[in-house]
Amino acid sequence: MPKPTKGPRLGGSPAHERLMLANLATSLFEHGRITTTEAKARRLRPVAERLITKARRGDLHARRQVLAVIRDKGVVHTLFTEIGPRFENRPGGYTRITKIGPRRGDNAPMAVIELVEALTVQQEAVGEAEAATKRAVKEDATKKSAKEAAGEEALKGLEKPESAEEDHTSEQTAAATSESQAEGDNGENSDKG
Amino acid sequence: MAVPKRKMSRSNTRHRRAQWKAAVPALVACDRCREPKLGHVACPSCGTYNRRQVLEV
Repeated sequence: MPKPTKGPRLGGSPAHERLMLANLATSLFEHGRITTTEAKARRLRPVAERLITKARRGDLHARRQVLAVIRDKGVVHTLFTEIGPRFENRPGGYTRITKIGPRRGDNAPMAVIELVEALTVQQEAVGEAEAATKRAVKEDATKKSAKEAAGEEALKGLEKPESAEEDHTSEQTAAATSESQAEGDNGENSDKG
Repeated sequence: MAVPKRKMSRSNTRHRRAQWKAAVPALVACDRCREPKLGHVACPSCGTYNRRQVLEV
């Protein structure tokens, strides 16, 4: 379940925030880019991106869910026919927020939030390649850390076999070898003890 | 209710107010027009951020 936003709502009440975010999202999809305060832009981004993800799905259920937020049918139509297909192969990150400095009058930090351009074929290929290398590196790292953990625990067992807490450390080695994820915590505990 | 016992002298008032100083904002040179601008913010003189046109000037 998503964690609820902490602190006060925009505009004072949850209902007011919902309405403001719905209106901001409607304007964003209508015009492509809007200038607003930075706080509103930052709150708007996840709302708008969830709506675009629904538009990418494109079925009737998704359309009804979007219509519950955006009450302008024309805007929903453009969202589903133009904006959704444009981001067909982009895995999230459909909006860009650029800060444009403080506003005259109340010095509020302003920002431009806009829909980003569709991915080019080249960018798409690069993104896929990067994701693949990232996955490979992650797998390597987990393998390596598991191996190292096993080695360290074995060394520790050799170093202090005649200490008072011998059975304690052996318990920890057993726990660590069984779960490679928890090895960092166990290592710290043995250092303290 | 607690209230001040004495009138604040002009000297004390002015000493206090003399400490109200404005801080100089840390500015960086714009990538494109070399004008000083705030960091991480679109340039107000040429309207670009990361060489991308954000504002019309």
